[in-house]
Amino acid sequence: MNIHPTTAGMLLAGILFVLGLISILVRRDIIFMLLSVEVMLNAAGLAFVVASAHWGRADGQVMFIFILAMAAAEVSVGLALILQLYHQLKTLDSDEAAKMNG
Amino acid sequence: MMGLTFYIAAAIAVIATVMVITRYNIMHALLYLVVSLLAVAVVLYLYGAPFIAALEVIVYAGAIMVLLIFFVMMLNLGKESAIQEQQWLKPRIWIFPSLLCLVLLGELVFLISQNHQPPSAIKVVDPKAVGMALFGPYMAAVELTGILLMAGIVGAYHLGRQKEKTLHRFLEN
Amino acid sequence: MLPALIPIIPFISAFLLMLGWKRLSRIATAVLGCGSIGLAALVAVIIAIQFAGNAEQAVVQHATNWVLAGTFQAGIDFRLDALSVVFVLVITAVGFLIHIYAAGYMHDDPDYARFFACMNLFVGAMLTLVMADNLLLLYFGWEGVGLCSYLLIGFWYKDPANGYAARKAFIVTRVGDTAMAIGLFMLFQYAGTLNIPDILGKSPQLWTTGAPVVTIIALLLLGGAVGKSAQLPLQTWLPDAMAGPTPVSALIHAATMVTAGVYLVARMHVLFELAPLAETITAVIGAITLVLAGFSALVQTDIKRVLAYSTISQIGYMFLALGCGAWSAAIFHFVTHAFFKALLFMAAGAVIVALHHEQRLAKMGGLRKLLPGVYWVFLIGCASLAAIPFVTAGFYSKDQIIWLSLSATHGHVALWLAALLGALLTGMYTFRMFFLVFYGEAKTAMHHRPGKSMMIPLYILAVLSTIAGFVELPHTMGHVTLFSNWLHPVLPEVTVTNDSNAMEWASQAMSALLAIGGIGLAYAWVLLRPKGMSDFLEMPAIDWLRKYWARGWDFDYVYNILLVHPYIHLSRMNRKDLVDKLYTGLATLMQWCHNVLARTQSGLLRWYIMAVVLGAVAVLSVLIWRIYI
Repeated sequence: MNIHPTTAGMLLAGILFVLGLISILVRRDIIFMLLSVEVMLNAAGLAFVVASAHWGRADGQVMFIFILAMAAAEVSVGLALILQLYHQLKTLDSDEAAKMNG
Repeated sequence: MMGLTFYIAAAIAVIATVMVITRYNIMHALLYLVVSLLAVAVVLYLYGAPFIAALEVIVYAGAIMVLLIFFVMMLNLGKESAIQEQQWLKPRIWIFPSLLCLVLLGELVFLISQNHQPPSAIKVVDPKAVGMALFGPYMAAVELTGILLMAGIVGAYHLGRQKEKTLHRFLEN
Repeated sequence: MLPALIPIIPFISAFLLMLGWKRLSRIATAVLGCGSIGLAALVAVIIAIQFAGNAEQAVVQHATNWVLAGTFQAGIDFRLDALSVVFVLVITAVGFLIHIYAAGYMHDDPDYARFFACMNLFVGAMLTLVMADNLLLLYFGWEGVGLCSYLLIGFWYKDPANGYAARKAFIVTRVGDTAMAIGLFMLFQYAGTLNIPDILGKSPQLWTTGAPVVTIIALLLLGGAVGKSAQLPLQTWLPDAMAGPTPVSALIHAATMVTAGVYLVARMHVLFELAPLAETITAVIGAITLVLAGFSALVQTDIKRVLAYSTISQIGYMFLALGCGAWSAAIFHFVTHAFFKALLFMAAGAVIVALHHEQRLAKMGGLRKLLPGVYWVFLIGCASLAAIPFVTAGFYSKDQIIWLSLSATHGHVALWLAALLGALLTGMYTFRMFFLVFYGEAKTAMHHRPGKSMMIPLYILAVLSTIAGFVELPHTMGHVTLFSNWLHPVLPEVTVTNDSNAMEWASQAMSALLAIGGIGLAYAWVLLRPKGMSDFLEMPAIDWLRKYWARGWDFDYVYNILLVHPYIHLSRMNRKDLVDKLYTGLATLMQWCHNVLARTQSGLLRWYIMAVVLGAVAVLSVLIWRIYI
């Protein structure tokens, strides 16, 4: 096999991203959905680092750091929201929180 | 040599992620996710980003995942939620979204494989360059990230507080 | 002093009354309603006195621009010249008296403020009409008075018949107004302006006498005048318009609005002089109308309808004069008619109130002793209407028309005969009504006597109905021409072909004799009732004729058959409105789209993510398709 390293890295990132996407689509448990978001964010970060390696520039890695910070903030707020949801509805089913329908 | 290590790490990452998305028990899924993240950290190292690989292990696998694990423990989700999860995950539910996502994957693979760049070696970017970039041209973005984290802390504190149930004044009585 | 104040004061007061509505007390409403007209009358008198010093020069006041489009300009410009001063004075003075009368007449009505708001609005619109310097503003006033007429005929809207009468008046006059609007379009097309002095100045250069264009324009304007002034063939609305309160009938449907047509024709007299055919048609319409309406008035059973037909007939005289080119004679008759017809209507209103809202002549009688004041003023009004020689205003104005219909250049012996027949009929129907109301036995119990606020305007109008005639005396009796001299800067003098004193004497004697003969006939018919006459009246043919005339020569019937029923039939056929389907269909489509889109907002998180994924797939597909395929 003689795949270009950049291509290989990108493919891995793409596969991980799509796996996270499948998970977020099929799950109803809201913690699983948060987990899937983490997987997707991680895949996106990987893609940045691969690109950074390809061009030999630091910008991609800088972006990874930003994504990391963003993921941390997102998880903390997301968990707080889930906590509230659980207290309000006594369930983690995201379909239960469908009151804002048209 | 890099090839083999990469493929092994990539395989572990993909398999671990597949395990994540197929588990019914949230705890198992989280542990698989930690494995997956560690595998990705290896990949990152191979792509000439040792500093980022370290961050991945420390922050992602170390901090964020542990936060999630503690959170799940706090909610005290047991067998019931796993059974519930099992009932929800029927082929009828997941077959169409999965096919759709595979189409998306196919498109991504097609686009990525159209890479016509000449093969070149991976260039290592040392942490010093990252630091110079971060506190040079990206200074404003760093400060914004600081504000974002601050907002995350305040938001999490505010939302996570246990409040006595107060109804809106229109909903009272 | 600004001429624009005259119409603006009533408008402001109407606005205040509309705002005040139920908050104002009755006294405040009456003071505001009457006071504004009184103030306008005062301003009008002061301006008229200033104007009289230099009557040759018209005063034009440019209040503001209104429509500026390309070469077309129409401002809110008020114009005072000899003609509009006459109209303004009559409208404000008679209007003021009628308002005072109405303050008493309508005293118990719950919608006091609405009544005065409409009346003031009417006076403002009417003043705008006669003071407009361009035809667009005139048309604004024209439609404004039409609106007020509609509102006031249907004032007691709870009775469907009144609403029907109001709609009828509005729609029938609309026919004429449409003709007039087309006439205005044509005027602008050919003359390039709607400014009245410009049109009058330009038209002799634009058109030769008898040119088809000017004839058509004149006829279209005449159509508008005919509709507003209730002349043949659009006269059917006026008798029904008596459904409104009596002060309304006096002000709008006798003294002022219905003479707007006379004003229009007199104002545009240059066009009519350029179109002899239109002038002849005007005269013929006037002659036929005055005779037909006279016959109808003869047999009416409702006191207000008698007066309504008499109004149609008298305006017929004015049109006859206009058609003969006797412009100032028509305006003179308008002035005296405004006085004595307002007097008659208001006196009739006093009788109606006294008899507890009884309008049928058959239920009246013997009121001479019970209502002596009303008796005398009614007598003066009737005498003026019937043109009793020498002492009444109506004699001088009507006699002038009768004589000029023979002697003027456009006059004709047939027109003269029709006018004489009209004089006989006028004497007859007027005094038939008079004898029926005041002589014989009383048939209805008295309700209450009219108050001071109702009687004082009657006395003033009675005086005016007598002395107003002395401003213009014929050749044969003193030859005073104050009135025609006054109008001379605006309206040309009538050209007389057959100018012999003997003939004029003969004409005057004939009209006077016929009028008195008509009174005699009425006396015999109503009070003496000789044996032969009763038999004659009971003959089936005569009886049929009586009913036929009472129905107004069946014009309503013919119009119903020819116009109303086919139209109703057509609208029934299109009940579901084909054109409307398009728009309701569009609305339904939107509703459907709304429902579909609203369903996508399910509130389900996964559904939204699915939409995002579908979008991503679509965008990438397009990308691949564009770049690689």
